Amino acid sequence: MTPALIYGLTGIVVFGIGLFGALCVRDRLRRLLALNLCGMGAAFVLVAGAWRMPPDSADPVPHALVITGIVVLVSATAVALALIRRLHTLESAPEEIPEDTPE
Amino acid sequence: MTDLLLLFDMLLGLLIIGLAVAALRVRDLFAMVVMFVTFGLMTALAWVRLAAPDVALAEAAIGTGVTGALLLKTLYHLRRVSGTLHLPEALSERPPDPQVPRAVIAANAVMCGLVVIGLAAAFVTAPLGGPGFDAAVADAMPESGVDHPVTAVLLNFRAYDTLMEVVVLLAAVIAVWLVERSLPQSDPPVMGEVYEGFARLVLPGAVVVGVYVLWAGAVAPGGAFQGGAVLAAVGLLLLMSHVYEPAPAHRAAARGLFVLGVAVFTGVALLVAWGGRAVFEYPPGLAKPLILLIEGMVTISIAATLAALFHGREPGVQPRPADTSEGAQ
Repeated sequence: MTPALIYGLTGIVVFGIGLFGALCVRDRLRRLLALNLCGMGAAFVLVAGAWRMPPDSADPVPHALVITGIVVLVSATAVALALIRRLHTLESAPEEIPEDTPE
Repeated sequence: MTDLLLLFDMLLGLLIIGLAVAALRVRDLFAMVVMFVTFGLMTALAWVRLAAPDVALAEAAIGTGVTGALLLKTLYHLRRVSGTLHLPEALSERPPDPQVPRAVIAANAVMCGLVVIGLAAAFVTAPLGGPGFDAAVADAMPESGVDHPVTAVLLNFRAYDTLMEVVVLLAAVIAVWLVERSLPQSDPPVMGEVYEGFARLVLPGAVVVGVYVLWAGAVAPGGAFQGGAVLAAVGLLLLMSHVYEPAPAHRAAARGLFVLGVAVFTGVALLVAWGGRAVFEYPPGLAKPLILLIEGMVTISIAATLAALFHGREPGVQPRPADTSEGAQ
């Protein structure tokens, strides 16, 4: 029993929860969050895989990959949130659009 | 002692799983964001336990801090548009999962369960702690120009990845500006006096912390992305406390800041290649100054880009006429 095993399994379960949420949740914000959970689960497994027994230091390459992944994840989240805001604005005023189109 | 720590690991793992479930199940969307932010902080703690302080810093600053701010901003926007801003209960115009049939949910649950079991079996039976890249990185460390392995991997050995990551951030801010272009202007929430005082107290400290985290990256956990995220938090505070108001005249400067990181990174790579070396093969004596130059510029770019992703709207762009009438309603 090592921390790597415990947190690796935690990450896999988090990934599964995120996958289920992405498939079954209707609310857009919540589905985006579920996809974020999937990404975090994958990062967990990478970080757990980089762990070494205490005298040795951890493998830096997966760490660098996860840092890159976190930044890419936040970029994708920001774009998805902008799309959600736009969709919501368009949906909340549906009757306005046909009036304006003849111009 | 070890057993106590392992017990702590197990409890933390269970807490993380519980927070993930709670974030997806709780009805109130504000509570959902709070659960997600807590999940992120607990994840950072778990990664500290896995001897990955750099990743934990990045997760706490970017994955939790910036993502949480983005989620809250979107939530504010959704509630303002749907007119539920004054209600104590957050936006719940749609009850959760109204149309998904029970059979579909059950089938999905079974399939996801199988996926988890399969992955877990693969993970448990895989040779943990087998040979990774540790030895290769340790051998090459003297030539890298920095003393911290993760920074060496990010900015020297695998600099291509990092360059592309900065390009992804640039692409994201371009996409957000385009998508938000035709949204009506949304007034930012008005902050109270307590908040204004808080911002005044925290701003100078946050600037120092951000620069320190960047500088420390050469020898200790830290670096461009973590430092950039702390400086982006400074930008968020400035935006929310209206100390800084984005004006149309600042657009050119903002664009310059977004591109700065990519430009310097690419410029250094091309200059190195021009000197008859491989693209990211820094000359031995110059590795440290070059890495610091790239890190500094990339940090400024990341801070500006993350703050712009939060602000969302390109300053000074008027919505198209069709959308202005929408906004006036």
